Amino acid sequence: MPEFEVWNEQRGNEVIAAFVQEEGAALPMLHALQQTFGYIPRAAVPMVASALNVSRAEVHGIVSFYHDFREAPPGTHVLKLCRAEACQSMGGDAIATAAIAELQIGWSETTPDGRITLEPVFCLGLCACAPAAMLDDKVVGALDTARLSALLENVRQA
Amino acid sequence: MSLISEIDYGTPASHADKTVTVTIDGFAVTVPEGTSIMRAAMEAGIQVPKLCATDSIEAFGSCRLCLVEIEGRAGTPASCTTPVGNGMVVKTQTGKLKKLRRDVMELYISDHPLDCLTCAANGDCELQDMAGAVGLREVRYGQEGANHFDAVKDQSNPYFTFDPAKCIVCSRCVRACEEVQGTFALTIDGRGFASHVAAGMDEPFLASECVSCGACVQACPTATLIEKSVIEIGQPEHSVVTTCAYCGVGCSFKAEMRGEEVVRMVPYKDGKANHGHSCVKGRFAWGYTNHRDRILKPMIRERISDPWREVSWDEALGRVASEFKRIQAQRGRNSIGAITSSRCTNEETYLVQKLVRAVFGNNNTDTCARVCHSPTGYGLSKTFGTSAGTQDFDSVSEADVILVIGANPTDAHPVFASRMKKRLREGAKLIVIDPRRTDLVRSAHIEAAYHLPLLPGTNVAMMNALAHTIVTEGLVDEKFVREQCDGEAFADWAAFVSRPENSPEAAAHFTGVPAETIRAAARLYATGGNAAIYYGLGVTEHSQGTTTVMAIANLAMATGNIGREGVGVNPLRGQNNVQGACDMGSFPHELPGYRHISDDIVRGLFEKDWGVHLDAEPGLRIPNMFDAAMDGSFQGLYVQGEDIVQSDPDSKHVIAGLKAMECIVVQDLFLNETSNYAHVFLPGSTFLEKDGTFTNAERRINRVRKVMSPKAGMADWEITQAIAKAMGVNMHYTHPSEIMAEIARLTPSFSGVTYDKLDALGSVQWPCNDTAPEGTPTMHIGQFVRGKGNFLITEFVATDERTGPRFPLLLTTGRILSQYNVGAQTRRTDNATWHAEDLLEIHPHDAEERGLHNGALVRLESRSGATSLRARITDRVAPGVVYTTFHHPDTQANVVTSDYSDWATNCPEYKVTAVQVAPSNGPTAWQDEYQSHSRESRRIDRAVPLPAAE
Repeated sequence: MPEFEVWNEQRGNEVIAAFVQEEGAALPMLHALQQTFGYIPRAAVPMVASALNVSRAEVHGIVSFYHDFREAPPGTHVLKLCRAEACQSMGGDAIATAAIAELQIGWSETTPDGRITLEPVFCLGLCACAPAAMLDDKVVGALDTARLSALLENVRQA
Repeated sequence: MSLISEIDYGTPASHADKTVTVTIDGFAVTVPEGTSIMRAAMEAGIQVPKLCATDSIEAFGSCRLCLVEIEGRAGTPASCTTPVGNGMVVKTQTGKLKKLRRDVMELYISDHPLDCLTCAANGDCELQDMAGAVGLREVRYGQEGANHFDAVKDQSNPYFTFDPAKCIVCSRCVRACEEVQGTFALTIDGRGFASHVAAGMDEPFLASECVSCGACVQACPTATLIEKSVIEIGQPEHSVVTTCAYCGVGCSFKAEMRGEEVVRMVPYKDGKANHGHSCVKGRFAWGYTNHRDRILKPMIRERISDPWREVSWDEALGRVASEFKRIQAQRGRNSIGAITSSRCTNEETYLVQKLVRAVFGNNNTDTCARVCHSPTGYGLSKTFGTSAGTQDFDSVSEADVILVIGANPTDAHPVFASRMKKRLREGAKLIVIDPRRTDLVRSAHIEAAYHLPLLPGTNVAMMNALAHTIVTEGLVDEKFVREQCDGEAFADWAAFVSRPENSPEAAAHFTGVPAETIRAAARLYATGGNAAIYYGLGVTEHSQGTTTVMAIANLAMATGNIGREGVGVNPLRGQNNVQGACDMGSFPHELPGYRHISDDIVRGLFEKDWGVHLDAEPGLRIPNMFDAAMDGSFQGLYVQGEDIVQSDPDSKHVIAGLKAMECIVVQDLFLNETSNYAHVFLPGSTFLEKDGTFTNAERRINRVRKVMSPKAGMADWEITQAIAKAMGVNMHYTHPSEIMAEIARLTPSFSGVTYDKLDALGSVQWPCNDTAPEGTPTMHIGQFVRGKGNFLITEFVATDERTGPRFPLLLTTGRILSQYNVGAQTRRTDNATWHAEDLLEIHPHDAEERGLHNGALVRLESRSGATSLRARITDRVAPGVVYTTFHHPDTQANVVTSDYSDWATNCPEYKVTAVQVAPSNGPTAWQDEYQSHSRESRRIDRAVPLPAAE
């Protein structure tokens, strides 16, 4: 379970500064911000833009393009369900419907208790054991609704 | 007259020398290598359907409408991204392509509202055209599926709307903002079906980095980005090509009209100064032309404390003539004069100086260039032999090193700045010499290699230090100097700059810039390839303005950076026709073409043509006119379109001079600050209401074309002619082309200029004569105009304006993008949205010392006077330096500026004033008094009362 820091500008600047000299620094910088704060705070976008000497529109374009970059803090745990073709053909739709019903939230939303964020993902490279998911940084294969419930139960207890 | 429809070739032109021949739909086409199939087809008149391509930006290949088939190749490549190959056989219309294109269009239209009849772009919509072109007859998907119809319209920009419901996400706007304008304010937010165009971080356009240049609106193929004026009025029915009346870039525009009403101003692709680009001023800020403040009737009054009285043209002109004659009878021939306008046409300026010389019988003519670029004229003529810049704007795309000194092109010359930024993104190196961190120093994708933030007033020390480095480190272009320059002058100059007091180490003391940075910048300038210098009023408006211009010229000559594309010395001139006003003989000592009034041969030429005797003695300069007014010897002044009270330094002195005069005639669009002291007001015409020419900063003579009748009845040239007539001299011009014919007849550098030629070529750059019938883009090729390039000694003398305990800060002044000069025009447009008042920029350190917070009202005081305005705390300025603009009469920054001026030309030292800044709780006494007089003197007793406001 990752621990995130609360956003503050000074810390943000430190994270950004570490990558300024790198070539193609935008993505590593954004990843580092997300690893530190759990998401890309809106306030960080102009700071990244300034550090890279690009416009804030360009940075916003990058952040919004990649599903992996969050624009709001996640819950304590993040469940990513694969929504790509292979998983769908192996019953992924039913898993998704079940997850939404059980958590009572939509995609990219977090449960009101702040424990779980549900995110769609397009291919985890686990097609052989579809349908697949990833809970925090652990991948899970051959999901069915029962295993999903068990997973969620574990997380709720943890 | 019809609506000019420019051909869109789909992709930019290739400039390759090698050509290839292809067959497209059976026609052989020969084009430069690297040309896209789409463009090659269009060259042959074959239009390949397209949506995401337009020739102002690079091909993108996203819309999939421009697919073609190529013999011997599989698939259907996009014609915009596929370059032609020799012998290629291309088909743009086949059964397969038709089906593919129709399918693509169906998908587009399934998510596009079908309100074409009530859509503002109806008649000017590429999506509509393409639906027609591909023969779309049904949309099998219907419109019930997921769509974007409910997306909310962004109306935040005052001039255009953004309606994402109509957007096809072709990215033309995003790419235009990046490639053409260079601001990078737009992006595509999200991906897939959710992707949409967003400004900034998905903010309203107004809150984003958008500078409202209009490039996105221009690029949009639908009604997504469209001018509010088109929404309000409807599509134009005819258009006329004319020239923008704002800055010295001189952009060509199509005035798109409905009858005599302007629908929109659209940048013209064939315009050689702007190549289809524009800025917020020229593109959108034309609303002043029919602002309710415009004065449309002549007015007179006995005393400046009286209200104005509307009168007939005859009565007003009669008053001017009788007063001027009376004054001359009482106080002598030299007691009256005129000031020509850098905003009026060449023809109009020429007429005013002719009025002064031929009718008034003296040489008391001057122009606002006195207060801006007079040092350029003097400095460059003494070194190179011509009073103008050496290049055309296109030259910047060949520059490897660009040195910008005392200029802020992204604000003051935005369309040229976009060209410069494009070149910088291609890899050219940049040196910025400016007390302030301008946007060029660092902004998206642009970063200066060196920024030398010198203290205001130390330009000469800086230039000498650069020269010292170049000479002492052996970086002089010996061959160029030997072949093209005066050897003796060079030797003297080289010895002078080599002296220790001109070293970077010595200069560091005055300029505050470390010696090593100066040396590095000098090395880059001298060794980085083609090096071009661009400069502005930060060079000229100093007590050593002329010296700095000469030092700049010395530097360019010493490094051989003159006489070809990509190099040169380029003054960025402020007003639309300031170059022209100078060319046309506005100065008291010079006849048109910069020929001295004391030259008997030249004077004889004009005397013969005009049939009068001309005075050989130079007349009064503007500041001397005020002095002479105070001693009673100068009592009558005709001011054509210049607001000297607001724009000239030391306002109190200007006003005292004006108050001392007996008859001041102001010809302007609006009652301005100067007219507060005037006795006759003659309503002028805008650039839309007359024919003529403007000459821009690259010596380009552009046509101004009348698109509506003069609202007050007369064009400005007609008014000047009517004054002459009222004074008993008939000038007999029926059209400005006849005035240009006279100018050409009397001025060697203009001898080849005619309206017919301008109509045929679009524009020409002077000199335009028998040796250069189509004009001269680059000057001094192979040889300087004066023969040998002349090096001049440029000794640094610190200005007398010094900081001290009472006035510890240095004030420098400048411009902002949305406003123009004294703001008479731009303040009367929605550009006020961006800049509603002048602000004082002050460094956080200086602000803290004075207990100032951001936005606080402060008192700005100098030895000349005090004013109050709001502070903006920023580290753009160095500690010890404060900065403001002079766009607003409420601020009157020039109450503060001193009466120090350039030693050679009297150009005022606006850029250096010792000041103190302190918290304030309201306007200064001066501001209160001035406001009250200003209100009083704008009362009008109308012959017919205005209808009550609705």
